[in-house]
Amino acid sequence: MKYQVVIGLEVHTQLTTNTKIFCGCSTRFGAEPNSQTCPVCLGFPGALPVLNKQVVENAIRAGLATNCSITQRNVFARKNYFYPDLPKGYQISQFDLPICQHGHLDIEVDGETKRIGITRIHMEEDAGKLVHADIPGVDDSCVDLNRACTPLLEIVSEPDMRSPDEAIAYLKKLHQIVMYLGICDGNLEEGSFRCDANVSLMPVGSTVFGTRAELKNINSFKFIKQAIEYEIERQAEILDDGGKVIQETRLFDPNTGTTRSMRGKEEAHDYRYFPDPDLVPVLIPDQWIEDVRATLPELPEAKRARYVAELGLPEYDAEVLVSSRELAQYYEETVARFPQAKTVSNWVMGEVSRALNEDNNRSITDCPVTPALLADMLKLMEKGTISGKIAKTVFDEMYKTGKAPEKIVEEKGLVQVSDTGAIEAMVDEVLNNNPAQVEQYRGGKETVFGFFVGQVMRASKGKANPAVVNELLLKKLKG
Amino acid sequence: MEIFDLTIHELHEKLKAKEVSSVEATRAMLDRIEAVDGQVNAYITVTPEQALVEAEAADKRIAAGDIAPLTGIPVGLKDIFITKGIRTTCGSRILENFVPPYDGTAVAKLKEQGAVIVGKLNQDEFAMGSSNESSYFGPVKNPWNLECTPGGSSGGSAAAIAARTATATLGTDTGGSIRQPASHCSCVGLKPTYGRVSRYGVIAYASSLDQVGPLTRDVTDAALLLGAVAGHDPKDSTSVNTPVPDYVAGLATGVKGLKIGLPKQYFIEGLDPDVKRAMDEAIALYKSLGAEMREVSLPHTEYAVATYYLIATAEASSNLARYDGVRFGHRAEDARGLKEMFAKTRAEGFGSEVKRRIMLGTYALSSGYYDAYYVKAQKVRTLIMQDFLNAFNEVDVLLTPIAPTPPFKIGEKLADPLQMYLSDIFTIPVNLAGTCGISIPAGFSAAGLPIGLQLIGKPFGEATILSTAYAFEKETQWHLKKAPL
Ligand SMILES: [Zn+2]
Repeated sequence: MKYQVVIGLEVHTQLTTNTKIFCGCSTRFGAEPNSQTCPVCLGFPGALPVLNKQVVENAIRAGLATNCSITQRNVFARKNYFYPDLPKGYQISQFDLPICQHGHLDIEVDGETKRIGITRIHMEEDAGKLVHADIPGVDDSCVDLNRACTPLLEIVSEPDMRSPDEAIAYLKKLHQIVMYLGICDGNLEEGSFRCDANVSLMPVGSTVFGTRAELKNINSFKFIKQAIEYEIERQAEILDDGGKVIQETRLFDPNTGTTRSMRGKEEAHDYRYFPDPDLVPVLIPDQWIEDVRATLPELPEAKRARYVAELGLPEYDAEVLVSSRELAQYYEETVARFPQAKTVSNWVMGEVSRALNEDNNRSITDCPVTPALLADMLKLMEKGTISGKIAKTVFDEMYKTGKAPEKIVEEKGLVQVSDTGAIEAMVDEVLNNNPAQVEQYRGGKETVFGFFVGQVMRASKGKANPAVVNELLLKKLKG
Repeated sequence: MEIFDLTIHELHEKLKAKEVSSVEATRAMLDRIEAVDGQVNAYITVTPEQALVEAEAADKRIAAGDIAPLTGIPVGLKDIFITKGIRTTCGSRILENFVPPYDGTAVAKLKEQGAVIVGKLNQDEFAMGSSNESSYFGPVKNPWNLECTPGGSSGGSAAAIAARTATATLGTDTGGSIRQPASHCSCVGLKPTYGRVSRYGVIAYASSLDQVGPLTRDVTDAALLLGAVAGHDPKDSTSVNTPVPDYVAGLATGVKGLKIGLPKQYFIEGLDPDVKRAMDEAIALYKSLGAEMREVSLPHTEYAVATYYLIATAEASSNLARYDGVRFGHRAEDARGLKEMFAKTRAEGFGSEVKRRIMLGTYALSSGYYDAYYVKAQKVRTLIMQDFLNAFNEVDVLLTPIAPTPPFKIGEKLADPLQMYLSDIFTIPVNLAGTCGISIPAGFSAAGLPIGLQLIGKPFGEATILSTAYAFEKETQWHLKKAPL
């Protein structure tokens, strides 16, 4: 039987606030266990939460960027359950009235645009982490509460996705947006952006969703795709055999590429949600929403459209350049200094990206060739001071040393030779030394021309202005 | 008169005049504790070394001419207040050896003034009880009659005042836990408006009801102590940012022309005759002082106890989830695996009253029952609040009994929790409404047991109930009577 997969995603994004959602502790990743804790995030008796306003602001940003409506009276609720990494025995979250609702994102898969609904976005605190000690003879587990009480936004989609590719497109889009908004560092490995996927199958043509499995906490785009693909296979096999998929939570194992049951529905919790009496309702007046709206950055979709319409870039270039906010910013800063959009695009997508990749995937934000340096170099090229070929040498040198391009050109004597006299001498020499080839050319074999150009360039150590070389060669050969 | 008999303001005068040092006062108090607390059991933890260090510091401060109303005054704290470096048990085995790493806001404010903390006072476990019989550390005895309960849950705080083993104490009031024991021990107990005093550093029982307040020998002390701990606290988002008036300065306002409301639902058949008599006398006194009496109605009063037990237990079931043996407090030793560790820890650590309330609250919040119980209770709570606001459109203050009976015998109501719950029937509505109330000594029963009188004020009307109470106190001698210890 043929099945249609139905996918809904719940994404947890950790917000890049300096302090936690309900206390003043740092949210920095990777610190000594339990070094970033206080009575509040440790859930000590008598301690009370106080809301970090920045979290609300970030939530509003996320909501506006995903076309949601903003709830103006927000209540925090307690989600009660016992777990050693949950200090208070409850998680403070939002329940029936999330801060953002009824939004959507448009994704593109195989050239087609599709709208994915966003059910809700709510604010909550994270739990801590269990560390299973690797000490011989010790089978205790340790609890690290540095992460406890760090702020999260949970972004829940409608079950609108119908293929693993759509799911990935949606996730990448969402990832891009939270990064653009500057509210999440987007680090999947450190768990700053993590995803649960609800996957079910129904016969093609059906409108009734099948029983779903929830795939928990997957930390790379690749694994999410694998996990969903595996789940489709697994569920299809069960259904083909006349069996029933059971509703359960499953874990993805990256080593085997499979999922396994974590807990069944019969163990489902009754979370006993109720409004947290320690926190007063958060009221969001219109003005606050408008103030936040005014500070929203240009989002990737709008940016891409502008690059095509205003800068005349090809769709492909625009897509690549807006893939991250930092890359787009680098590009725009360079174009501001050297307004030849396509040339800059070629360099950013070409040499700049290559150099960063080769340099251990270094981030564009600490690229040694700054937009100013790159623009200066492109200006030298435009003026004819250096050739495109020399430019690549200059670029590599700039990347290594951070020196100004003029300086490199000067120090290394890379100035392009456009002096006709000097080039003419080299041309004559090349023609004189290769009479056979001259004969061939004059006999109609014009492909030999490239050989002469190469020889002259070699003689000039690459510094001869290729245009001048071409011109003189033609003149002499035809003449 | 012994030093331990003095009020805050009396001792303050002596400290200021350097007739007494804080070290002397503190020693006197520690000796008194040593002498009589064995009979009363008001203290869970006494902190003599620390207290003497604080007293010396206070004396230095006084010598330097820097004296605040509480500088050098020996105070006791209900063991629900988190105290840095001092064991804080909340009357429970689960926190038997818990030494907190921080001070709460009210405690920090007392320390700023230079108050001397002599110890931590007994209470019902996690403030759940009306008789102080649910403490893991044993029942507190009423200093007026050692066979009787002092009331609860701040029973230790009230008994320490009556036994004169602390000059003043702080308690908390969730459904009457300051006012009812104050009444049973013949001292002054004030429950401020919700949000008036920070709850930061107070172990939560029912967050939306708990409020910190003073227990003292007289009304002036209550005004002083409230002034010291009241005010907005950025660490407690439910604390309210309104100015704190000078409560002492406003005490002598008098009651001439004051409209005092008598809620008819509080003066019902079955009220103990001694209590009834004390109320009648108080009403007559206020009339003679020029106050105007009016009958008012609080029509939803009969639902208050049920509403309270749904909301308080629901919040408690969640607030007490953190006592799981993972990070602090008691942990069951021989548990296999996580779930068993949680379950055994809590089974061993909590007493039966706490377990009863956790189960009640868990039930009230569970899916399928939430709307029928918790949500409904919140709606009734709104009606009860409205009752009070309506009454305060007509009158300035309400006068009511505190408890239907004088103190009862230890063990008398233990077998019948429902009967016990009803003993808070006159105090609970004030917590549900979030407003303020004070209990002041108003007489004694034929058997010589204290009877208190309650004055209920508008939200943030502490100054009014204090001055109303003060007018009564000036004309009566009840607060001067000493328990026979
Ligand atoms: Zn913290």
